[in-house]
Amino acid sequence: MLIGLLLVAAIYVRALVFTPEEATQGLAQKIFYIHAPSAWVAFLAFGVVGICSAIYLFVKDPRLDLLAASSAEVGTVFTTVVLVTGPIWGKTIWGAWWTWDARLTSTLFLYFIYLAYLVLRSAVDEPGRRGRYAAVLGILGALLVPFIHMSVYLFRTLHPMPVVLRPGKPELPGSMLLTLLSSFTVFTVFYLALLARRYAWARLVDARAQSEADRADASR
Amino acid sequence: MRSVLAQAWAIAAKDLLLEFRSRTSFLSALVFTALVLAIFNFARDPTAVSSVDLAPSVLWITFSFAGVLGLNRAFTLEKENRAIDGLLLSPASRTALYLGKTAANLVFVGAVEAIALPLFALFFNVPLLDVLGPLVLVIALATIGFVAVGTLMSSMAVNTRFGEMMLMVLVLPFLVTPVSAAAEMTTKLFAHRPFAEWAAWLKLLAAYDITFVVLCTLVFEFTLED
Repeated sequence: MLIGLLLVAAIYVRALVFTPEEATQGLAQKIFYIHAPSAWVAFLAFGVVGICSAIYLFVKDPRLDLLAASSAEVGTVFTTVVLVTGPIWGKTIWGAWWTWDARLTSTLFLYFIYLAYLVLRSAVDEPGRRGRYAAVLGILGALLVPFIHMSVYLFRTLHPMPVVLRPGKPELPGSMLLTLLSSFTVFTVFYLALLARRYAWARLVDARAQSEADRADASR
Repeated sequence: MRSVLAQAWAIAAKDLLLEFRSRTSFLSALVFTALVLAIFNFARDPTAVSSVDLAPSVLWITFSFAGVLGLNRAFTLEKENRAIDGLLLSPASRTALYLGKTAANLVFVGAVEAIALPLFALFFNVPLLDVLGPLVLVIALATIGFVAVGTLMSSMAVNTRFGEMMLMVLVLPFLVTPVSAAAEMTTKLFAHRPFAEWAAWLKLLAAYDITFVVLCTLVFEFTLED
């Protein structure tokens, strides 16, 4: 956890001080080093939710359910970061806070599915049922995201929107590429660290609920 | 396989018979749909937006909300007096239960749509008849997609707190693909565009249907009590 935080701090020192400014976009481009790796982690985290959910339904190991739930919570945080940093950049570069482009829309709906997942968990009390319901939604949600991406992609290719400036990906010079790639690595490490923390906490909460239930049984 | 279909049919027939006898939810879904269609007419500026431009969006917003309302019925029905326990104890398999519930929902939503469509043509002054065939295909495919997901979700939502609200939260993200595909194809149809322009949407919608019908059938058993 601490290492993850230190690495994140280090990457910003590098991104802000040692990486050259992008010629046309200027300082605004720096947000890229938070935005892109967060987006990567946001989708990675839902991938983890989907996979844990699928295995959980067959193995019924409650630890997998807790892991999926922890990943969903951490993923929601990273998705929030993506959706907050994106418009800040978009306003400066595109001139609009939001456009209905394929990536933006699929990230937004990823966020909605994360929220639905967390809301569903909070609305079911019994742990076994909560695990099963959440797993079903986790699997369906993981499959839905590529579908949404495709449908919005199709939407926009049939109806190009000339008003939206969509700059082509700049050929990244070496130092920027290095910063970007290391920020991806660092964010993945940070995600894993947060996930481990959240999971350990979930285990503790679970263990306490278990022991309280046992005590209630014993005193009866 | 044969017996699964027979069981599914028995469950669907039971649900439809119940609905046919009381007609409460069917009539309320119908009135709701007619009201939404009528209210939309007041919510637009007729001088700025022509009704044909607005029509596909109105049609699909109305259909999807009416559909979600209809979905609530399938499992709240079984929750009363814990009738679901009887179904689970019966020899019908869980796959048959899912298929039967989905079929009943399809008939329910389909019937609402069948009555709403002429009403829509009337209110929005859209020439329906010359595109009726392809339009019915589009409506059928989109309805299958969201009813398949919606039936699964309603089986979970009924056991949660604030079940009806929960169903909305769970189902709406899944409506994006079928509704955007259907609305886009409807626009093309009304504008008499060639098939090649909307073929990609049709493929996407078909892929969505296949994926989610299979997946929902597979995972449905996990939404029931062991």
